[in-house]
Amino acid sequence: MRTEIVLRVVGKLLIPFMLLFALYVQFHGDFGPGGGFQAGVITAAAVIFYALIFGLPAARRVVPDRVVETMVALGVAIYLGVGFAGLALGGNFLDYFVLDPNPVEGQHRGIFWIEIGVLVTVTGVMLKIFYMFAGRGRGDERDQ
Amino acid sequence: MMAALTVAIVVQRNLFSVVVLSGVYSFLMATVLVALDAVDVAMTEASVGAGMSTVLLLGALYLCGGEEAKPMQRRFLPLAVAIVIVAALVYGTFGLPAFSDSQAPFHTHVIPRYLIDGPKETGVPNVVTAVLASYRGFDTLGEVVVVFTAGIGVIALLRPRRKGGKEKRK
Amino acid sequence: MTFASHYTYWMTILLMVGGLYIVIARGNLIKKLIGLAIFQTSVYLLYIAPGKLIGGTAPIVSEAFKVYSNPLPHVLILTAIVVGVATLALGLAIAVRISEAYGSVEEDEILSVDRNEVDGA
Repeated sequence: MRTEIVLRVVGKLLIPFMLLFALYVQFHGDFGPGGGFQAGVITAAAVIFYALIFGLPAARRVVPDRVVETMVALGVAIYLGVGFAGLALGGNFLDYFVLDPNPVEGQHRGIFWIEIGVLVTVTGVMLKIFYMFAGRGRGDERDQ
Repeated sequence: MMAALTVAIVVQRNLFSVVVLSGVYSFLMATVLVALDAVDVAMTEASVGAGMSTVLLLGALYLCGGEEAKPMQRRFLPLAVAIVIVAALVYGTFGLPAFSDSQAPFHTHVIPRYLIDGPKETGVPNVVTAVLASYRGFDTLGEVVVVFTAGIGVIALLRPRRKGGKEKRK
Repeated sequence: MTFASHYTYWMTILLMVGGLYIVIARGNLIKKLIGLAIFQTSVYLLYIAPGKLIGGTAPIVSEAFKVYSNPLPHVLILTAIVVGVATLALGLAIAVRISEAYGSVEEDEILSVDRNEVDGA
């Protein structure tokens, strides 16, 4: 019982920092190593950490299944949205130069939004896979 | 050290220790990548290889059972195949450019344009992000779709079924 | 051509063949997947090692540095790592389903169950 309290306290201290670090990595991908994929995996790792310490049902209450499944599809939709926005504004598919009167500013916007799309999809998929593996008990579904 | 790790993974039969060893292998690979100046890749390999892969392997191990069976016959054919492949590949590397040769075609074809024009056209100093998100953004779209497909595949495979109303396996 | 100039290629080959050996020679499905992962990481090394320039730095453009290591393989390998973990996740899901349907993840036992079914059914 004593070790469990240590884990809970350490978890409560560390998980906010992990989420903050994930956001830092995401937005600093332009100036240092980082970007959508790393940030997505770190966010999923923070929630998995929470699930390991406090139990899978608690994690399912914090990040429900519907939210995770929506995230999986939403990221791809955002990415495609940026692509089609390029088409709608007169350029090619996934053209960033037309997104803003100043072409460099358009590049910034385009890169920002697609990195958000990548973050959302990677977090959703990694979390969903973890939920599926962890939620399937041994001895469940035998003898199909 | 990584070669020694690989041999240990081959020989070990307790799957839990194999999974831990593969986590160690991923961290070592991330360190090697930092020494090779590939900081983005090292961060991704450390988080994905040592973090996510280990979690998934442990989950699968819990569901499947933790010990590998002893091989029934000693088979020499895989070892012979491995040695032949090593010989062939080493012969192939004699034609490759030396380490850190800055005149190799690898470095002189399209890279100077990315390094010089990248920050000017995109306003992003990290050339890897600029290439990934802007110059080769379509490939990144393909990658996001691959991740999405993997998620859907796992959902389809591991979806909980209702008991009763399923067909017996023939 | 000296030992030092081609050392990275030979290390890559060793790791590659090590992973390949695990895939071919071991019967446990989960160990095969780990061998596949080792094979994939050796390919990352194969791509990134030639990109390094001694005296260069990470490809983040700034005033203080003049020589950068090649960023193009970093981009390709970033994609490859993520695709690799997607493959691993799907492979493990299939292994879990096989384990539930056949009762084991050893290749020999699965094949013998299949052969018995074919003979007896």
